[in-house]
Amino acid sequence: MGDKPKLERQAMCDRLAMEFQDEWIVNLGVGMPTLCSNYVDPSKDIIFHSENGVIGYGPLAPEGEEDAHLVNAGGQNVTARLGMAIVHHADSFALIRGGMIDVTVMGAYEVSENGDFANWRIPTRKGGGIGGAMDLAACAKRVFIAMEHTTRDGKSKLLHRCRLPVTAPGAVKLLATDLGLFEIVPEGFKLREHAPGWTPMRFRS
Amino acid sequence: MKNKIYASFDAAVADIPDGATFMSPGFGNVGVPRNLLGALHRQGAKNLIGISNNAGALEERIHIGTLVEARQVKKMICAFTAPTHPSRVTPFVEMYNNDEMDAELVPQGTLAERIRAAASGIGAFYTPTSVGTELAEGKEHREINGRTYVLEYPLHADYALIRAWKADTFGNLQFRLAQRNFNPIMAMAAKITIVEVESDIVDVGDIDPDHVHVPGVYVDRIVKIPPDGIFD
Repeated sequence: MGDKPKLERQAMCDRLAMEFQDEWIVNLGVGMPTLCSNYVDPSKDIIFHSENGVIGYGPLAPEGEEDAHLVNAGGQNVTARLGMAIVHHADSFALIRGGMIDVTVMGAYEVSENGDFANWRIPTRKGGGIGGAMDLAACAKRVFIAMEHTTRDGKSKLLHRCRLPVTAPGAVKLLATDLGLFEIVPEGFKLREHAPGWTPMRFRS
Repeated sequence: MKNKIYASFDAAVADIPDGATFMSPGFGNVGVPRNLLGALHRQGAKNLIGISNNAGALEERIHIGTLVEARQVKKMICAFTAPTHPSRVTPFVEMYNNDEMDAELVPQGTLAERIRAAASGIGAFYTPTSVGTELAEGKEHREINGRTYVLEYPLHADYALIRAWKADTFGNLQFRLAQRNFNPIMAMAAKITIVEVESDIVDVGDIDPDHVHVPGVYVDRIVKIPPDGIFD
C-alpha cells in the first residue's frame, strides 16, 4: 500500500455530501466532516444544523466579516443564511432526539461491519470526549462516517467488531474513506466505489 | 420592584460559598460569562462543583478552566473529560488524570436535558442517547414502544452565571444568535441566577414581552459589563 494516491479529505467529504438530498437537515461533526459544507450543489437546498442551536447557517465567514456571536459546532465563525433560526441548547437537542436530523456526518476511530462505530474514548486514557456525538448517533435518521481507511501503522479501521468503546451500536449507514465508499448492509461492508487506481483486493489489511 | 442591579461583578458573586454547585454556559467561546467567572476566581470559593459543556480549553481568556486551574473546582459535570486531541492537555485533564479532581461525563444533549429537567420540575426522564454504550452501564433501562431508553436525572445548581445580550431592570433577558446556547436553561435551573449584560440594561417595558428569551422571574442579579470589562 501507499504507492497509489489516496483520496484527499475534501474528496471524501464531497462524496458524502453528494448523497445529501434537497431539504435535508444536516449536522456536521467537528473536524473533517465540516468540509462537507464546501460541496455546493445549487439544485439542492441543504439546511445545516449546529448543536449549539443554529438551524440553517451559511458558509464560513470571510475574514473581517465575522459576527462574534455566530459560530458552528467547531467554534468557527459562520454566516447567517436567509431563514436561519436560533434555539437554546435543550431545544437544539430536542430537534436531534426528535428525529429531525436527516444525516449526521462524523469522524471515527473505527467502524465495524454491523454499523457500530467508535469515536469518543481510548480506553488507555482516562475520560472521553462525547460532545453531541452520542445524541446524534442514536437519533439522527442516518449516520455517515468520514475517516482514513487505515491506522498510521497500516491496519484497517474497518473491522468485524469494534475494539474501542462504541458511540452507538448499529448506527452507520455510509462510510467514506481515502480508499473508497462503503455502505453498511446486513452482510457487512459493501464497496460501492473505490479510489482511482485501487482494486478491491488491495483494501485487505 | 426589587432592585436586581449590582454595581460590580465582585458584589454579585460575593456570597457564593465553598462547596456550591454552579452552572457556566458558553459554546465555542460564545456566551461565556467571563466577567462573572473572573469575579468568582478573585472571590476564591473552593470545592465548587461546575456544570458546563466542557471543563476548560487551552484558552488565555478567563473561562471555566481558569477556576479549575486555580483548584477552586472539585468536580466537573460536562460533555468532554478527555482532550479532543492528545496534545491539547488542559489543566483539567492533567488534574483529572492525576486524580486531583473528579468529573462526570455526560452526553451533551443529556446534559442539556438534565438541566432543563431541573428547571422544569421533572423528576427524571428516559432518553435513547447512550443506549448500548459504556455510559449506559448501571443505569435503569426501559423499553417503550419498542425502543430502549436509559433513565437520567435532573441537574440542579445553587448558582448560574449567565451572559446575556440585553436585559431590562426586572431581569427579562435577550440573547444574540449562538450566544443563547446553554444560557436560558441554566438561568432557569439554578436557585440564584446572576447575569452579565453585554449591550444594555433597559427600562422595564422596553423589551417586547414576545421577544423575552428568559423571563425576569428567574433572574436575581444583573451587572452591566463596563467599558473596560470583557465583551468577547
